[in-house]
Amino acid sequence: MSETAVNEAGPHSGVSGLVDDWAADKQTYHVPWGKAMMWIFLVSDTFIFTCFLTGYLNVRLTTTQPWPPQSEIFALSFGGDPIPLILIAIMTFILITSSGTMALAVNMGYRKDKKKTFWFIVATAALGASFVGMQAFEWTKLIVDEGVRPWGNPFGAPQFGSVFFMITGFHGLHVSAGVIYLLWVAFRVKRGYYDDKGYEIVEIAGLYWHFVDLVWVFIFAFFYLL
Amino acid sequence: MSAEAGQQHPLGIYYKIWTLLFFLSACSYAVDYFEVQGAMRWTLVLLFMALKAGFIVSIFMHAVWERMALVFTILGPPMVLLLLIAFMTIEGNYTSGTRYSYMGHDPNAEALSPDDLHGEEHGGVEEEH
Repeated sequence: MSETAVNEAGPHSGVSGLVDDWAADKQTYHVPWGKAMMWIFLVSDTFIFTCFLTGYLNVRLTTTQPWPPQSEIFALSFGGDPIPLILIAIMTFILITSSGTMALAVNMGYRKDKKKTFWFIVATAALGASFVGMQAFEWTKLIVDEGVRPWGNPFGAPQFGSVFFMITGFHGLHVSAGVIYLLWVAFRVKRGYYDDKGYEIVEIAGLYWHFVDLVWVFIFAFFYLL
Repeated sequence: MSAEAGQQHPLGIYYKIWTLLFFLSACSYAVDYFEVQGAMRWTLVLLFMALKAGFIVSIFMHAVWERMALVFTILGPPMVLLLLIAFMTIEGNYTSGTRYSYMGHDPNAEALSPDDLHGEEHGGVEEEH
């Protein structure tokens, strides 16, 4: 831990701690640098996704054509009547499950339980990969069966397609990148690469993964439910 | 090592939050499944969304255990986005208002009402190309 040890934080927490951290002529954030940088990256990513969602808000407000009924478009039938939005619900549950396994991986990492950390990260990556697989299925269904295009669709407002492909596509790209990142971290954990460096890197990877889940929470609410 | 450097917490809290997230997601889905509409739909969906987002950031991402200097850095800047959202809502309403007033669109074709959407779904096909 000595190499990654951070400057000792002051004795105060809360508001006094905030003042201490900023007022002293020393390190402000008492976390490993990788974690501070990951947070800064995630803040910038928040801006990107919010710009997309705000763009969606604006085109949806300004379009004079009716917005396509998402609940029915994303319905899926398992032999019987189509169940509204069921695929999206399953995808949401998969992502939440993966968030849970990631949280456990972070916890096991700090316990230095390499085996469990490895398998929890691999499980998280596998769930992420299945999420991307379902998204590919959803895109195929929309493009091939429903005829939705970025410039139009048979249901109503043509902006629906561009918003859908851009927002879910960008999120899916994040999930795909996350799967690769997690597998890379997992195999380094297995090799014992972090025994000396410390297991903060698992938490940093976890921050990214939870953020991907967090973005989906907003996409699920604003794009699919409202 | 202090809690700030290594975020080590009892497993119980993760299981509780995990279960809660499942429950809240199920609630969100139930809003759609039972076709709750109007203001109630917006209230419930946004409430469940805010709770889920809050629990993920605070517990899973450990924000409640971080020092305030980091928490403000994370949560402070995105607050300006609320201003962006507010401005774009005002702008969007103005744009749609002028379009309905001057471009001959039917102002009663309310895009945000799911009831209208159901009716328009079949009729809308002819208008599109």
